[in-house]
Amino acid sequence: METPAAPTKFSVTVPASTTAKTGTATTLINIENFDFYYGAKQALFDINLKLDDKRVTAFIGPSGCGKSTLLRCLNRMNDLIDGTKIKRGNISIRDVDIYGRDVDSIELRKRVGMVFQKSNPFPKSIYENITYGLRIQGVSNKARLDEVVEKSLRGAALWDEVKDRLHESGLSLSGGQQQRLCIARTIAVEPEIILMDEPCSALDPIATAKVEELIHELKKQFTIIIVTHSMQQAARCSDKTAFFYMGKLIEYDDTRTIFMNPGNPQTEAYVSGRFG
Amino acid sequence: MSDLPHIFATKPSRGRSLEKGTFWVFRLATYLVLACGLFVFGDIFVKGAGTVFQTSFPFVNTTFLTHSPESLYVFEYDGKKQEMGDTEFRAFREGEETKAKIAGKPAPKFNTESYVYSAGGIWPCIVGTVLLVVGSMTIALVLGVSSAIYLNEYARDGAFVRFVRLAILNLAGVPSIVFGLFGLAMFVLALKWNVSLIAGWFTLAFMVLPVVITASEEALKAVPKGFREGSLALGATKWQTIRSNVVPYALPGILTSSILGIARVAGETAPIMFTAAYVVRDKLPWDVDKVSDFFFQGVMALPYHIYVVSSKIPQNEYTERVQYGTAFVFLLIVGLIAATSIVLRNKLRSSYKW
Repeated sequence: METPAAPTKFSVTVPASTTAKTGTATTLINIENFDFYYGAKQALFDINLKLDDKRVTAFIGPSGCGKSTLLRCLNRMNDLIDGTKIKRGNISIRDVDIYGRDVDSIELRKRVGMVFQKSNPFPKSIYENITYGLRIQGVSNKARLDEVVEKSLRGAALWDEVKDRLHESGLSLSGGQQQRLCIARTIAVEPEIILMDEPCSALDPIATAKVEELIHELKKQFTIIIVTHSMQQAARCSDKTAFFYMGKLIEYDDTRTIFMNPGNPQTEAYVSGRFG
Repeated sequence: MSDLPHIFATKPSRGRSLEKGTFWVFRLATYLVLACGLFVFGDIFVKGAGTVFQTSFPFVNTTFLTHSPESLYVFEYDGKKQEMGDTEFRAFREGEETKAKIAGKPAPKFNTESYVYSAGGIWPCIVGTVLLVVGSMTIALVLGVSSAIYLNEYARDGAFVRFVRLAILNLAGVPSIVFGLFGLAMFVLALKWNVSLIAGWFTLAFMVLPVVITASEEALKAVPKGFREGSLALGATKWQTIRSNVVPYALPGILTSSILGIARVAGETAPIMFTAAYVVRDKLPWDVDKVSDFFFQGVMALPYHIYVVSSKIPQNEYTERVQYGTAFVFLLIVGLIAATSIVLRNKLRSSYKW
């Protein structure tokens, strides 16, 4: 699938398949002048970022640079932590300020799903894991639930492996399968955007490859934002990449540009492995 | 070094002897605790078994378990020492007097010694204790689990929450007699419930609340954060998350706390002395005219009965029988209720495995 590009002085090769998709990209998520605080400590400084619809965007940067924080702001999961504050700026999805007073964070999270770093399948059966998101919305029609289970498991490339044991516990699966179960669970609710917070960091290389293949498939239907520590993964999976450092957005551009020809010297230092 | 068999042999030293010594100290301490427990239970079982079991069919003294307490009459008749309960004695005396009348002889005189509460049974006490346990544990679990859910899932950490936790902890240190006085002041007198089941229920529930709240909070904390985050990220509300993804997995821990609570609630005398217990009562709790009367009646209770038979009346071999028999039955009932709780907990553990 990948043919290596011409050798460069940087350590990351960007596969030829990772080119900008044809057709114009529209902005789905608009982050403007965004300042975020954990209590008294400022974690994000004046972030300005436009994320495209139906594309994969990667957030990269060293530990503690704020990329996971920004990701969690997009579906208001940071609301669950005491003392978090936005002192300036806003985040809009489809031109609606998601931190507005009349915004229901429950509705937001139905449209903006999340896959966590440590896979967290519920200790229920595989079937119940997938149908959880629909059942809490009141869907109880068994035919519809069965249909959604098969569609989501196929979409997560897990159907063939588990179709005979849908009523076994989700915890009986291997690590990679559990993470794909979590992805299936997320897409069952049919969100528009999927946020992935280092989804492969706890997985072996083969499971990682399977999840990355999945991301290539999923981006036809969903907008994906992925936070990753692995630059190779960002190079393989994403259309555009944003590089963060110490809470600031340093550079945001097409993945090819970031890894082959970055504008900012800090970006160049990071992607060539000189720090981080 | 040359007298060791090989290079990995233990080298004798003072440190090693100390290790062995401390191991034996811990082991002996455990055995001492076990011995005390066995002695206490053994004493009650051996002496109580004499009252509760009998050598003839049906091997269990059903009179003791199904009748109300009566006075015991001890007298000599036909050269033999007879022991009879009140009703039996009256029937016997009437029978003898009738026989004497028919035969034209004078009425026989019975030189009796009577002992209160030493005959009959403890059935009303059993009923009363079971009712008290079931009612107060229900109230304690409802209030306790609700508080635990609020404190652990909803409340924001701050001075108020810390104050609430401190108050609950202090509640655990209040002596049970003070709870009895509190129950008397609040439920019996101020709310005018009088000495009643319902007053006893609330007094006992408040007494056992700290245990239930602390254990429930621990059980809730043990549920991984990932379950909550995963559920919320799918668009569930907070209560939906708690109801279907947190509480079911905390239930085994909550039930464990209820087992501890049951033993305490069943055995405490001081809280029910002023609020729910009668020394003796003819009617059984279900002999009521209206449904509401059921809650506002007092009951007899096993621990209170032991107290009455042990301290309010003169002691002798007959009262000792009743005391030990009551204690034996009490332990059996608490054991049964606890066993039910354990069975339920194990069933939940296997269905909510994580």
